[in-house]
Amino acid sequence: MSGIWVYAEVSSDGKVESGALENLTKARDLGSEVSAVALGPGASQAAAQLGGYGATTLYASDDAVYSDFVAQPAAHALAELAGQHQPELILFSATYDSRDIAGRLSGKLGATLMANATDLLGPDYAQTQIFGGTQIVDVTLSGPDPKLVITRPKSFEPSPSGGGAATVVQVDVAVPDEAKTCRRVERHEQAASGPKLEAAKVVVAGGRGLQDASNFKLLEELARAIPGAAVGASRAIVDSGWVPYALQVGQTGKTVSPEVYIAVGISGATQHLVGMKNSKRIIAVNKDKDAPIFQYADLGIVGDALKVIPQIIEAINATKG
Amino acid sequence: MKIAVLVKYIPNPEGTPEMGSDFRLKREGVEAALDPGDEHGVEAALQLAGADGEVTYVTMGPEPAAAAIRRALSMGGHKGVHVKDDALKGADALVTAKALAAALKRDQYDLVITGVESTDGYTGTLPMTVAELLGIPSATFARKLEAKDGGISIERQTAGGYDSVECSLPALVTVTAGANEPRYPTLKGIMAAKQKPMDTLSVSDLGLSAEDATPTQEVMGIEPVPAKEAGEILEAGDDTAARVVEFLRSAKVI
Repeated sequence: MSGIWVYAEVSSDGKVESGALENLTKARDLGSEVSAVALGPGASQAAAQLGGYGATTLYASDDAVYSDFVAQPAAHALAELAGQHQPELILFSATYDSRDIAGRLSGKLGATLMANATDLLGPDYAQTQIFGGTQIVDVTLSGPDPKLVITRPKSFEPSPSGGGAATVVQVDVAVPDEAKTCRRVERHEQAASGPKLEAAKVVVAGGRGLQDASNFKLLEELARAIPGAAVGASRAIVDSGWVPYALQVGQTGKTVSPEVYIAVGISGATQHLVGMKNSKRIIAVNKDKDAPIFQYADLGIVGDALKVIPQIIEAINATKG
Repeated sequence: MKIAVLVKYIPNPEGTPEMGSDFRLKREGVEAALDPGDEHGVEAALQLAGADGEVTYVTMGPEPAAAAIRRALSMGGHKGVHVKDDALKGADALVTAKALAAALKRDQYDLVITGVESTDGYTGTLPMTVAELLGIPSATFARKLEAKDGGISIERQTAGGYDSVECSLPALVTVTAGANEPRYPTLKGIMAAKQKPMDTLSVSDLGLSAEDATPTQEVMGIEPVPAKEAGEILEAGDDTAARVVEFLRSAKVI
């Protein structure tokens, strides 16, 4: 058994999703031969980018079957490839499609699957964080190879290896009809405005403490007052339909690490903390002085957000003269 | 439609979780509840099953886990299946998936519904592993679902919007919290739930081998992340806004 694989999600124009580049960077550290797997339209075009981050071989198929049907064809192909080449570890990033594929592959191969890994110390030794990132857990993985690990976004800083394009090996796997039972009929993209949440220098995020959906506009106003700021939200107010899911920060949403994160009316549930606690500086505004978010705040303001935020907006605008 | 819903009993999500000396989350003798994420699965099942449908709740865990099934039954539905065996203590995602899949195989369900991830462990991969072991498709992250043309049609949440996904039956669907507003159990429902049948199954009832029940992940140690230095906490007052401006300036963002 040898070699570490990184499953890479690739867009139809051949661009690699960032989590795969983070995982390739980590895989190089582990010292073993590193390969990538990409399935679906655009896959073989990714050879240069994947090679540039350390993949020597790219197992690729541009077949649309991998994008037309959810999870099953990719899990089928990965199982076949793993049987042929016997990698000891396959790394996945925490995207919707990759989670689905990894989950199915675990059942198919009877191989262990660890999710939410924040570091790898070896091909069968990983770390994760629990309780809102306050505790680090060391986990050993056993059972048949390959071990399957899903890493949390932004666990590793992606860094190019300086390597040339990966050698493309075409994946020649026949996908059976029983793996084509869940069809992606149509894609709907919601047009985003303003800076991208994950890349914003400042994130202004709101939670239940805003009391009413109509008060979210206060945060939009605050974000407009700060250059390069984007708005985000806790799961609670996304679930309540106040704002679209695309704004959600946390375990099931985006992971952000801006220069400043401003949490307004967010209590700091574990699943929110894991999405923002690596922010460089954190400001929290909350009525409840015992809210867990204050333990993470560099600057905490105990008070009513609906009164405090307009004062802050006014003060920032006043500095612009 | 005949539907199974996977439910989980978890330590109170509003409380502070505790770890035992065996590096396992304390699940006995702590305040606990039906995972709030699962309530959306229960609601989706009750809506889809229809008048002539049947809804079964399946869980795995020690004795108190049966309360998750009782709670779900008080919202509606027909019966429960509780997988309970000391041999399953410390089960990881794969062992749990094998046990739940074996329990589901004892009957023929048109649809298996689960939450997206549990609120205590949030691994988020168990449903897909169960689907694979059952040999059925998995339509995941449904923010909307409906029966359509003898199959199931969902809006699958994506990073930038949603995909329309259509799936033949039998299938497994994971539902997000945005999919519906779970009903509250009525007093009548709570009383009725006590009379509804519940099966308890052991590892040998499920035909699982000792190997199937052996975890492939072992916790070697837990250590606290170095605590962050305490921040500055202020009561809101006249000078709050000025302090925030100063803070943002020192961070060089304004």
